[in-house]
Parts: sequence; C-alpha cells; structure tokens
Amino acid sequence: MHSSGISIWFFIGVLLTIYGALIFGYGLFEFAAHHTASVELANLHAPVWWGGLLLALGLFYDFRFRPGRNH
Amino acid sequence: MLGSMPASPAAGSLASLPALLLESAEPLARLHSLDVVVIAIYFVMVIWIGFYLKGQSNTSEEFFMAGREMTAWIAGLSFVSANLGSLELMGWAGSAYQYGILAAHWYWVGAIPAMLFLGMVMMPFYYVCKTHSVPGYLKLRYGQGASLVSAISFAFMTVLMSGVNMFAMAVVMRVVLGWNLHFSIIVSSLAVAAYVALGGLRSAIFNEVLQFMLIWGGALLVPILGLVETGGWNGFKARLAQNISAGLIAPGDYTHMWRSMGHFADNPMGIHWTGIVFGLGFAISFGYWTTDFLVVQRVLAAHNLRSARMAPVIGSFFKMAIPFIVILPGLLGLVVLRNPNGSLLHLVGQDVVTAHPGAGLHSYNEVLPLMMVRYLGPGLLGLGITALIAGFMSGMAGNVSAFSAVWTYDIYQPLLVKNASDEHYVKVGRWSTILGVVVSILTAYMVMQAAGIMDYVQELFSFFISPLLGVVLVGMFWKRATKSGGFWGLLIGTTASIGLWAWVKIDPSALRYVALSTDAKTMAENMYRALWSVIITFLVTCIVSLLTAPRPVAELDGLVYGATKLPEEEPVPFYKNEWFWTAIAIVVFLALNIYFW
Repeated sequence: MHSSGISIWFFIGVLLTIYGALIFGYGLFEFAAHHTASVELANLHAPVWWGGLLLALGLFYDFRFRPGRNH
Repeated sequence: MLGSMPASPAAGSLASLPALLLESAEPLARLHSLDVVVIAIYFVMVIWIGFYLKGQSNTSEEFFMAGREMTAWIAGLSFVSANLGSLELMGWAGSAYQYGILAAHWYWVGAIPAMLFLGMVMMPFYYVCKTHSVPGYLKLRYGQGASLVSAISFAFMTVLMSGVNMFAMAVVMRVVLGWNLHFSIIVSSLAVAAYVALGGLRSAIFNEVLQFMLIWGGALLVPILGLVETGGWNGFKARLAQNISAGLIAPGDYTHMWRSMGHFADNPMGIHWTGIVFGLGFAISFGYWTTDFLVVQRVLAAHNLRSARMAPVIGSFFKMAIPFIVILPGLLGLVVLRNPNGSLLHLVGQDVVTAHPGAGLHSYNEVLPLMMVRYLGPGLLGLGITALIAGFMSGMAGNVSAFSAVWTYDIYQPLLVKNASDEHYVKVGRWSTILGVVVSILTAYMVMQAAGIMDYVQELFSFFISPLLGVVLVGMFWKRATKSGGFWGLLIGTTASIGLWAWVKIDPSALRYVALSTDAKTMAENMYRALWSVIITFLVTCIVSLLTAPRPVAELDGLVYGATKLPEEEPVPFYKNEWFWTAIAIVVFLALNIYFW
C-alpha cells in the first residue's frame, strides 16, 4: 500500500491529529474556564485525556507514515 | 451494513423504523458547533481521499481489485469494517440491553470460526485462481450457469440492501439528531458515489480502514466511562443483581452465554445451542464470511497469498473485541441510564414506543446514542456521531464497490460486451458505481413509501447465501463435483430456502419441523432454515454430480483441494506465521466463551 504514494495510515494520522487537537483544545478550555459540559463524569475531563491520546496517536502516524518516507 | 447476516433481534422489524418518525418530536442529541466541525471534517477527508486515489485507479485490476497490493493489516481491517455498520452497532447494543450477553454470539461463534476457516483453508483457492469475485470462482469451477445465478442475485440484492440501509440510517439520523431525511440520503450517497466512482475499491478500502479507526476512537470511550461509573465489571454485575432483585429489571441471566441454551424456552431469544452452533456458527456464519463477495473482495485485494490468509486472522481479533464497544454499552445501559427524575430508565420495544406517542419512551435501539449523550460532551459526541455516519457510508461503499465488480465482470462482460478494452471495463465500473448509488436512492425512497418492503428485502438476501456456501464448499473440496451439480444445487438449495420460509409464513405450526420446536423464535427459525438449505444444497450437488460426467482433474488446478499445487511460501519467523496467529485466535476465542459460559 505504500508503493502507490500516500499511505492510508498517513490519512488516518491527519484525521486523528485534527480531531485530537480540536477535542484536546476544547478540553483544555473547559478545564481552564472551569466550565464543564452537562454530561456524566465530566469531572474526569475526558476531552483532555482522550483528545490528547488521539492527538499523540495522530502525530505518531503522521511522522511514521509521512509521504516520501521509506516505510 | 446489515448485509446478509441476520439483523439483530432488538432491531426487530426494520419496517417499524419509519414509525420512529412519528413520535420523535425531540431529537436525542443536540450538537455543539464543535461537533458539526468534526462531522464536516470527516466528509472533507473522504472526498479528498477519493480525488487523491483517482489517479491510481486507471486499470480494471486497480479499480476493481485495488491493484491487489493491500497489506494484510489493511485487508484485514477492511474485511471486518465492511461488516461493521452503524445499524449493527445500534441494533446489537439494543439486543444486549434486551437479551444480555447472548448477543455476543453473533460476534464470536457467529464469526470467528468462519473467518479463520476462510483464511487458512479457503483463501488459497480463491487467491490462486486469481478470480475477481465469488461468482467468478463459480464460473471457473462450475461454468457460466451457476455463476450467473449467483451474480444476478448478488448484484440485485446488494443494491436493494444498500437502499434499505440508506433509508434506515436516514431515519436514525432524524431520530438522533433531528436531521431531514432527504438531506441525510442525498449528502451521504453523493459522498459515497464520489469517492467510490473516483477511487474504486482502493478508495472504498481506505475509507473502511478510516471508519474502523473512527469507530474505535468515537465509541470506545462509552464503555470505559460506563465501567468507571459502575465500578468495573464486578461492580456492574452487583448493580445488575441488585436491580433484578428489586424488580427494576426483568429477571434473566444477562452475563452468561451458554448456560441458558439447553432449551428454546430457557432463554429470551428462543434459541437452542444446536441452532447457535450449527445454524449460526456454520450455515449462516460460514455462508456470510466465506462466500459473500462483499467481504471476500477485501481479502482478494491482498498483495500476496500470505497476506490474504493473514487478513481474516487479523480481522478475527478485532471482531472478538467489538463486543466491548457494542455489547458492553448495551449491558451498562441496564444499570446507568436514568430518567430526568433520577429513576432507572426502561427502554422498550419499538412497538410499545409506537403505541404510546408522546410518552417520552425510548426503544432498545436507542441505547447506544443514549449512552453517547450521557457521557460525551462537545467534540467527543461529534466523534461518536461521525463514527455512526462513517459506519453507514463505508457499508454503502462496500455494497456499491462489490456491485460494480460483479456487474462488470460477471454480468456485463459475459453477457453483453465480451471483448472490449480494459479501459472500457473501468469506465463501465465507474458508471455502474453511480448506477448502484442511484438504484440505492430509488430503493430508499421506495421503502419510504412502503416500509414493509424492508423486512422482505432483508429476508430475500438470506435465501441466497447459505446455498452458495453449499456449492462453494462441495466444489472446493470434492473433485467429482460437476457443472450440472453446482447449477442444480444452487438453484434447488435457494428454492428450498424460499420454500421453507413460505411454509412457516403460511402455516406457523410448521415451525416445529423447520426449527425443531414450536418455542423457537424468528432468529432460531432463520438459523435452522439456513442449515436445512445448506444440507439440501450439499445433497443435490452431490447426487447430480454423481449422475453426470466429471471434469478432467487437470482442469481443476487452482480450484479444488487435492487437484491444486499451492505455491510454496517463504519461511518466516513464527510471530509472522499465519498458523501461529490462528492458534492464538482459537485460544482467545475459547477463553472468551469459557469465561462468559
């Protein structure tokens, strides 16, 4: 799948990076502004750690499968 | 997508879905602007992928078979993902709420043995003969007759199912988010048409892998937070037992899979263990996972035989894990979902919801969206909804890409234009993709006018898959099977399947013969009917074959066990060997069934 240009894993990395950044960013905003969404277990700040996890995973895939790199 | 696997019992009558439109004035979820951005980004991404891959889908091999250059991981994830539609996610979560962990049978015994059998035993034959499709294999093995019966039924039913799913998904979006039906149908189908017509199977596979990651990213958080709230699995079981003893939940064994399978009347699904093991675990599951071209096409796109064999094995691990994001949220819903006044929320059947409009009732099928709304705030909810939309779109993409290949290779080429250029067939493939989407849209609107069609379409599909399994298995493992045997086996097996269904429809007491008990319910009837049709197909194929002249063994090279010299595979370390991972998959499969016995 890599011989034909951009790897699917790179596309996945880009999507996860964008989603992770958006959700993580929103989670930080909630945390800093002491504003929590009206959902259960909001005190666990899931957007921060789940968004952070998506972001980290996305960045890893972006780097590992970036176009032009020999996988 | 719903495909040809039986719909979940909680999904019940698909025909009842339109009734949802009448009583749901208020959508379940309200999206934040961040959620809308998350959904919009997904659409931009899939169209981008379609345009990017357009330049890599110029030959028929590239367009229909993705150039046969998929790695085992991509083929394996796509293989599982093509079956993982949003309606399954919601339907099976609802079934888990209603029936408990019994619903996991459809993910474990109803999938894993068949997936491993495909990889280890059948794939070498599919792969070595270089067929483009399952009807294509039948053509090589049995000739044009059996292939055409299979191709026409598959092509016809695939686009019909695609339309039914499209309508059902639009209804779900209407109920969950309040979206307009026409908007959901048009936007999603245009996006699918664009990326599949542009990039062919490669684009469909890319998006299926993308969807798979999204489903985990969007849905995994729900059971994690649910388990945190209940204090883990043991905490959940304690709360469940407490609620049952307090009379808040209907009594039953919600956390064991096999203990209540001794008699049809002992479990709420009305199923006996023989139906689960032989009907679901063999006739239905093997029929779907080893002969339905929709899923087999993904594995045929692998770049070598080892990858083609490894792909279903990789897929089997993910399939075993899916109950964590589908069944577990349904179970957790039993103890965590609350009414606004704090009392335990009781979900009910769709018929009850429909009978009490305005009462604020929710159906079993809504358990997953309700769990998402309970735990997921802005952004995360958008991700969860995107996972549902992606599930629907990749299911539809799977349908139209498989339709396009079968139409072009197994109907158009042999019947209409035999010796055209490769470029011509790629063009036909692109246009047939669009045709498939258009027919799907028309079907969706037809269903909107006459909802009863939905159930019939669902059942129609089930008539074809088990007889197909019968002829493929006999043809692949018995050199003596003949062209006439395959044709008549397929035809009579399918007719018998339809006949058994009609018999019970006309005379419900016939259930005692078809499903071996009057206590059997619809799901059990489907399983036994599938089993009977495989047996009849086996018998007819064998008897007719014995009465007709066999093909010379030399002609069966690459098609039949015992007549094929399989290519030698290069030795690899044990951790890269497909047999090693198959053994691990079997151990995990057995361990799960024993743990939840």
